[in-house]
Amino acid sequence: MAEPVALPRQRPPGRPRPRSGRLAAYRALLGAQARSQAAYRTSFVVDLVGNVGATVFDVVTVLVIFGVTRELGGFTLRETLVMVGLSTAAFATADLLVGNIERLPRYVRTGLFDAVLVRPLGALPQLLLMDLPLRKVSRALFGLAVLVVAVGSAGIDWTPGRVALVLLAPLAGVVFFGSVFVATATVSFYWTESGELANSVTYGGRDFTSYPVTVFDGWFRAVFAYGMGFAFVSYQPALALLGRADPLGLPAWAGWAAPAVALVAAALAATAWRVGVRHYRSTGS
Amino acid sequence: MSVIEARNLRKEFTVRVRAGRLRREKRSVGAVDGIDLLVARGEMLGYIGPNGAGKSTTLKMLTGVLTPTSGEVRVCGLRPVPERTRLALRIGVVFGQRSQLWWDLPLRDSFDLLRHVYRVPAAEHAARLRRCRDLLDLDGFLDTPVRQLSLGQRMRGELTAALLHGPEVLFLDEPTIGLDVVSKQAVRGFLGELGRAGDTTLVLTTHDLADIERLCRRLVVVDHGRVVHDGTIAALHDRYGSRRLVVADLDAALPEPPELPGAPLRRVEAEGHRLVFALESAGAAEVVAALAGLASLRDISIVEPDIEEVVARLYAGPGGLPETFGRAGITS
Repeated sequence: MAEPVALPRQRPPGRPRPRSGRLAAYRALLGAQARSQAAYRTSFVVDLVGNVGATVFDVVTVLVIFGVTRELGGFTLRETLVMVGLSTAAFATADLLVGNIERLPRYVRTGLFDAVLVRPLGALPQLLLMDLPLRKVSRALFGLAVLVVAVGSAGIDWTPGRVALVLLAPLAGVVFFGSVFVATATVSFYWTESGELANSVTYGGRDFTSYPVTVFDGWFRAVFAYGMGFAFVSYQPALALLGRADPLGLPAWAGWAAPAVALVAAALAATAWRVGVRHYRSTGS
Repeated sequence: MSVIEARNLRKEFTVRVRAGRLRREKRSVGAVDGIDLLVARGEMLGYIGPNGAGKSTTLKMLTGVLTPTSGEVRVCGLRPVPERTRLALRIGVVFGQRSQLWWDLPLRDSFDLLRHVYRVPAAEHAARLRRCRDLLDLDGFLDTPVRQLSLGQRMRGELTAALLHGPEVLFLDEPTIGLDVVSKQAVRGFLGELGRAGDTTLVLTTHDLADIERLCRRLVVVDHGRVVHDGTIAALHDRYGSRRLVVADLDAALPEPPELPGAPLRRVEAEGHRLVFALESAGAAEVVAALAGLASLRDISIVEPDIEEVVARLYAGPGGLPETFGRAGITS
């Protein structure tokens, strides 16, 4: 090796790269993740099928309940299924896109988090794309199907506003659940064994949104529904779609507030994430 | 202008220590305890210290991974944490025990992905990859999934990955750890050439002092989060009195040990047949000439001072080192 390693450096150092390049970079990361998972094709197909199971179970649970009662918290089966559909579609999609952030403690332990921090891209999008569980696509599609069927059979009186809401509410739900995933994962920057707590909020939140909030009671309802905002994932938008007044007495506009609530949740989660990364301690060596 | 500037850099971690059956006390531990560091463009800096001395923590603060508790840091004129993504475009990082590569994909794919991640024009990328392929001999395993590479092959891949965007500073945390002799040579040879080309600044932490002797003119030794030496390797030897040695094998033992001016006798071995002198003020030639006048010589060798030992002493003694010392297991 007599020749010096003159690695060509034509670009003046530090000249900003075009911003559009970032999107291409994220797309490349997504492609790499798809190819990595394709390396294990059989197990991918098995997972794809197996993943629908859990979500089917959630829907069946509601059907079983209506086998023994005609109304649940003052809502019929068809009405309740609109809530189930909104909840399932939003949760399954958020779980597909953001759910794996709950593996943050593992990313820290294996050093992936350090590796991601020395690259010129956002840490959170990199982690999400590099570990995107594509096998969960089946579950998200199933959730969407439940929503379509439920909304189609609920006898909704369609107005332009309701059409907009039926498109926006699931998106807002995805953003909301995604924010919950990120915010709870952030706790593990401070407290490594926070997994159980995080799960009780995310999965507890999902279960909560599968039923009319009128089913619940007292401080529990107050905290989950309005303290944390889970009522805006499915219950309130469903009221607006069905044209029903809130038995608990919130004004009608609350049914249309889901997108705003989701944006607030996203802002809070983003702040929590930033603070958490600053607080990050890395691991030895 | 310095490409790395750190002033009074500190990082404290709070740990919880058991105090009694249920009570836990918070205690603050200084991993890096006031480090000052100026590194000029093109320098090759060895950054060494015992386990837990704060080497990796320093590196992580310089690369924007960890937020310093206090102090000033600039790398390429940027503040590492607030300007992390801008800095990332201008530095390369190799963590010996971490990977930048995609485990399940062929090595070639990782390089292509990094081209997108760092937004490097295709022609620049291709030219740099060409050089690395030649110099690091990558062609034999470019199409192998990374998980199937040997550690040595993977490390050559990691080096390439860190260099494809043409970084101004390359940080290497234990780049030769766990490598076999041949791979170590390959990595050192490559880094040596890279440093000699002159426009890449190298900062290297290591436990293997041969890396330092081979690559770095400047050595920074840290212990307990503080810099205990900053200078050339020669300056380290000077400061701690480690000397080159003249080892003389004699045909017959002398009746009594000779005294040579400027070269004290360090030890006598092989029943008087081998004498070892330390070169203090005398030159090797003077010592050999003087010895030739006293006895009949079978063999003469000159031994370079052993950096490992100096450093071991540095780590061991909280109050620094005695003025002079010999090699381990001194006999005389």
